[in-house]
Amino acid sequence: MSTEQPLLRVRDLETYYGKIQALHGVNMDVYAGEIVTLIGANGAGKSTLMMSICGSPQAQAGTIHYEGADITRAQTYQTMRSGIAQSPEGRRIFPRMSVLENLLMGAMVSKPEYLDEDLAKVFALFPRLKERQHQRGGTLSGGEQQMLAIARALMSRPKLLLLDEPSLGLAPIIVKQIFEAIGELNKREGLTVFLVEQNAYHALKLAHRGYVMVNGVVTMSGTGKELLSREEVKAAYLEGGRH
Amino acid sequence: MEYFLQQLINGVTLGSIYGLIAIGYTMVYGIIGMINFAHGDIFMIGSFTALILIVLLGVTAAMPVAMLVMALVLVLVLAMAFTAVWGWAVERVAYRPLRGSFRLAPLITAIGASIALQNFVQISQGARNKPLQPLISGNFKLTDGGPDGSALIVQLSYVQITIIVVTLLLMAGFTLLINRTSLGRAQRACEQDRKMAALLGVNVDRTISLTFVMGAALAAVAGVMFLLYYGVIDFYIGFLAGVKAFTAAVLGGIGSLPGAMLGGLLIGLIETFWSGYFSVEYKDVAAFSILAIVLIFMPEGLLGKPEVEKV
Repeated sequence: MSTEQPLLRVRDLETYYGKIQALHGVNMDVYAGEIVTLIGANGAGKSTLMMSICGSPQAQAGTIHYEGADITRAQTYQTMRSGIAQSPEGRRIFPRMSVLENLLMGAMVSKPEYLDEDLAKVFALFPRLKERQHQRGGTLSGGEQQMLAIARALMSRPKLLLLDEPSLGLAPIIVKQIFEAIGELNKREGLTVFLVEQNAYHALKLAHRGYVMVNGVVTMSGTGKELLSREEVKAAYLEGGRH
Repeated sequence: MEYFLQQLINGVTLGSIYGLIAIGYTMVYGIIGMINFAHGDIFMIGSFTALILIVLLGVTAAMPVAMLVMALVLVLVLAMAFTAVWGWAVERVAYRPLRGSFRLAPLITAIGASIALQNFVQISQGARNKPLQPLISGNFKLTDGGPDGSALIVQLSYVQITIIVVTLLLMAGFTLLINRTSLGRAQRACEQDRKMAALLGVNVDRTISLTFVMGAALAAVAGVMFLLYYGVIDFYIGFLAGVKAFTAAVLGGIGSLPGAMLGGLLIGLIETFWSGYFSVEYKDVAAFSILAIVLIFMPEGLLGKPEVEKV
């Protein structure tokens, strides 16, 4: 895998929130067709990395390359028009728009002729959304909002899907559903996924490779299986059983 | 009864003008959470632009009707375009550089922009009143004055019809634009969550600029209507009209588009009926008192959105 060019390459990335440094030189690669996960405790800088990739906030030092092009200083909307989509932390559903309108927002950067096909696709993936398509986003349950956030990201036909904690606050059965859907998209369509999770067990089982982040630096990396069997990972992130 | 009907017609006309201006306040507030105090002066610029165009093009009431209508449509469109550029420029110069700084900063530059626009027009156009000969004259008589001719004749003038019809068309078109087009959707998205909108590929800066452009274009229409209705303008008309329209936006629920329209209509009606039945001197007091009373019982305005949402 190391001979081909990664789809996303992050080198020595440093990001600040005001004067507080959140990322201290992060290195990471995502290759086309992979599911890569980044695990770490609350506040480790996982979401910051994901937002830095999208230029919001922009990194202060280091580089981000996507498909070989430097996007470190690109405007957020430009990056999101180049085939990257994000389902962000907290889901950020537009509360006063219907489910359908939220999906249409996701399709902003996609060609109009794909719309019907893509709607059918995400409704097949998450049938609940079809039932609720005329309901306002703010009235959905947490699980439905998460499905909507992922579906909305998919509407742009991304090459690289960034998912920030899709399991947060959801019932185990829904987490299972969502992770299955991600796995299926990856297998069937070759969608590349970069997944940030605190739910380390599920994420590492699903992912081809994983990174562990502690206090703004990547401290470990390896295949999902390798990381799952590492004692440090077990001790720090898998305590309390497999949920 | 005749008197009531006449006041109603006058009130709806005035309310239409307020409503058109109020849309600009409410949309800008919705998208960047700020009161654009220069908006009333943008309305004034629209009015002056129209007056200058009318003089330049030599539009007079003596023209054949078809030509007069075409000339006025041209004046309207040009005034909208020109005023839109001003609206865009004010945002670009006075507000955008301060986005992300503390909340009071753009409020201060807004007041600065308002004063700057007023002084600019005062210096370049002079401080005196600018009159315009009536271009659209004539009216429908809705009542005939009763059997003995002593009752009031209720009149609906052609200018009033023009104002009400143009306002209704624009508001309908505008509502469709906001609710049905992808541009309108992008605008609402920026209103609800700017960061997320950017994450979906929306150019937020451009969307905000467009909001100012649209608000200014509608204010220009109000300016043209004001000029045709009252026939006299000066550099200061933006202040009071702006405050009234802002009141209308708050009354209707700031951030709400139908609220701005409803609020404008109500302020126009309150003002007209108060002047008609009580005293002209206290018409502004009446309008603002009603605002205060409504806000005590419905702090979010008549059609404002309650901020209860599941997160």
